[in-house]
Amino acid sequence: MIPRTLRNGVSVAFCEIPVFSADEFRYILSEYISGMCHVSSFFAMPDGDNYTIIAVLSNPDMSTIEVFRTMVGTEYQSLTPAVPELHWFEREIYEQWGIVPAGHPWLKPIRFHENYANPSGQEVIPGVTDYYRIEGAQVHQVAVGPVHAGIIEPGHFRFQCHGETVFHLEIELGYQHRGIERAILRNKARIPFLMQTAAGDTTIGHTSAWAMVMEGLTHTKTAHRADSIRAIALELERLANHVGDLGALGTDIGYLPTSSYNGRIRGDYLNMTAMLCGNRFGRNLVRPGGVLYDMDTDLIEKLRAKLAEIYDDTISSVELLWQTPSVMARFENTGTVSAQAARETGLVGVAARASGICRDVRTDLPFGAYVGHQMNPVTFTSGDVRARAGVRWFEVKNSVKFIQEELEAMAPSGEIMSNPGNVAGDSICIALTEGWRGEICHTAITDSAGALRHYKIVDPSFHNWFGLALALRDQEISDFPLCNKSFNLSYCGHDL
Amino acid sequence: MKLLHWLLPISAFIIAPIIPGIINRVKAFFAGRRGVPILQLYIDIWKLLRKGSTYSHTTSFVFRIAPSVIAAALILCTFFIPWGSISSPVSFSGDLIFIAYLLDVARYFTVIAAMDTGSAFEGMGASREVQFGFLAEPAFLMGILVLVMVTKNTSTSGIMQHLSTSVWADSGILLILVATAWYFLLLTENSRIPVDDPNTHLELTMIHEVMVLDYSGPDFAYILYGSALKLWIFSALIVNILLPVAALPIWLQPIVFIAGTAGVAILVGITESIIARLRLVTVPKIIVSASALCFIALIFRIIG
Repeated sequence: MIPRTLRNGVSVAFCEIPVFSADEFRYILSEYISGMCHVSSFFAMPDGDNYTIIAVLSNPDMSTIEVFRTMVGTEYQSLTPAVPELHWFEREIYEQWGIVPAGHPWLKPIRFHENYANPSGQEVIPGVTDYYRIEGAQVHQVAVGPVHAGIIEPGHFRFQCHGETVFHLEIELGYQHRGIERAILRNKARIPFLMQTAAGDTTIGHTSAWAMVMEGLTHTKTAHRADSIRAIALELERLANHVGDLGALGTDIGYLPTSSYNGRIRGDYLNMTAMLCGNRFGRNLVRPGGVLYDMDTDLIEKLRAKLAEIYDDTISSVELLWQTPSVMARFENTGTVSAQAARETGLVGVAARASGICRDVRTDLPFGAYVGHQMNPVTFTSGDVRARAGVRWFEVKNSVKFIQEELEAMAPSGEIMSNPGNVAGDSICIALTEGWRGEICHTAITDSAGALRHYKIVDPSFHNWFGLALALRDQEISDFPLCNKSFNLSYCGHDL
Repeated sequence: MKLLHWLLPISAFIIAPIIPGIINRVKAFFAGRRGVPILQLYIDIWKLLRKGSTYSHTTSFVFRIAPSVIAAALILCTFFIPWGSISSPVSFSGDLIFIAYLLDVARYFTVIAAMDTGSAFEGMGASREVQFGFLAEPAFLMGILVLVMVTKNTSTSGIMQHLSTSVWADSGILLILVATAWYFLLLTENSRIPVDDPNTHLELTMIHEVMVLDYSGPDFAYILYGSALKLWIFSALIVNILLPVAALPIWLQPIVFIAGTAGVAILVGITESIIARLRLVTVPKIIVSASALCFIALIFRIIG
């Protein structure tokens, strides 16, 4: 009774994934979670008249992925009380297939659409649902969104407050639901475009994960050069977003210099991606088998010169944050998430590392160029806004060093695209990448003809939105925008 | 001579909207941007005056009269502000307290109009405004007391006329304390960083701006104009105390006075550029420390 162990981006026959009974499933799951594993993906798929629930756990100690499954009908005993990080996943299963996890502490759909199993034909109105409510004469409720004052995506936030203090924040999403996972199965030609807009600011992260899944299913070995270009693009994406976020943190506290300089510098990093593939967000760069754009010696030289130049600007702009006492006073002890809370709720990426949990796919389950080129994960322990800003800043430094070394080692020319073979039938492949927000997990399951039977995307925002809700407990409501910015999660990546 | 006094408020009405413009340009300079035109506020007000206003169905007449009352109170206030030894057209004994009350009338109407909308955000902004306004009042009143005791005069114009070089030599330190405290007040009352952020669009963090979110068209123009006047009133008081304008020849006084007001605007711009906004819970400490400065000045005056 052990799970099937997989490597990142390697496919196996679906029948090799062990099927456990409900009790065994629960036991194994809680055993592995209380070890060092965390849930990367957890979803239901129709299987005959019933459903199979597939658990995908990352095991950083062994650099492996542990996969196992169980069969359920329309109801099963909820696993959330034992494994809290499943709460969002179980709500998603309930939303998509109407399978009830009995005993779930807060069961309601996370998005608003008809469930896929028995469409009722009735329109589901977003946001119309029960909300958590604290009763009392002195408690008041503040509702923010889904339409916001800034040009941002829609999401509804409900605060239960006592004066300025927040007791509880409930985050209601789903307004951006496009049904990507279903659309992938319907129309093969649209897949690349759906993947690069799964979360618009994480194009490279998501397209890389998708490409790895497809390469695993077709047993394609990518060229070293293609891996290298993907990694450079992924780090450029990280640079642009981290630098933009550090500037946006400045904006939220009214600290002008970093705010406006970083806005410009973010554009410079995006332009570097454009130099690479003609698009600032890296659209059309990554495809299964490799990449579509090569770099010649001239471009390599140009990128190195440009990087050196804007990195200098970045340092002088961002260091101001750390040198200004009023900024530090604002960042410290704001929006703290303890290590225990972060581990129990299964946070990933920047938010997890800021709370002292060393969780980084680039080192835990190395893929592509990261296999041979180690990254040092950055962790802070305080879990506050300062820690999340600090993680970003040190990652910026690491990413610049990484790109410099990759560009240095880049050969003048080479193969960038391998020809993919046929897709293996009745197989499963799981690929994880570390997008700038955190762990991205794509899972593909094929039918006997080699067509996609099920596709599951987990964006880091899916793990982390609840972390933001926890960060707000006992905080000032006026600190919400700052905390929110320090997480900077994606709405469309969550809603898919 | 009579005409000269009436020229003061009239000039103030014309030049007050430049002050936010100067602040914005200084901030833009520090942020490495070119910034909006210095006269932007005139353009905005002119634009808004030609538009219509929209009113929510949940509001009552209070919401509609508030902008006029606010602008009227602040316009009235301006009539009491002298420029150095050129006294204001209207002046009576104890009129500084009348100024304090006029400012409070404006605040009161901003707050009840915000409550009138029934919005959770505006209610929060109103609660913060009242909390900080209540804390700021002692600093203003104790500052007045110090000025009255130093100059032995009870009208604003009288006080400012008597801030001669000999008074400065005698109790300059007290005047500096009061001016510093009132500079904190200027930042608090005019929703500047580090207390509030006039540029933010984040409803949950705003104080003053959130209370006027529902205003549009001419109503909003009155509010913006009122805010510019309020900034002018505070800057003018600080310039009067800090610069020995009254000691200069009369023809030079208006020039030095206006330059001084621009100087205060530049100082506000620099303050806003180099520090971040305070956490809301620590704002009362700043305001109370302003009161403490005035209190220290008062004690110095009484015992020494």
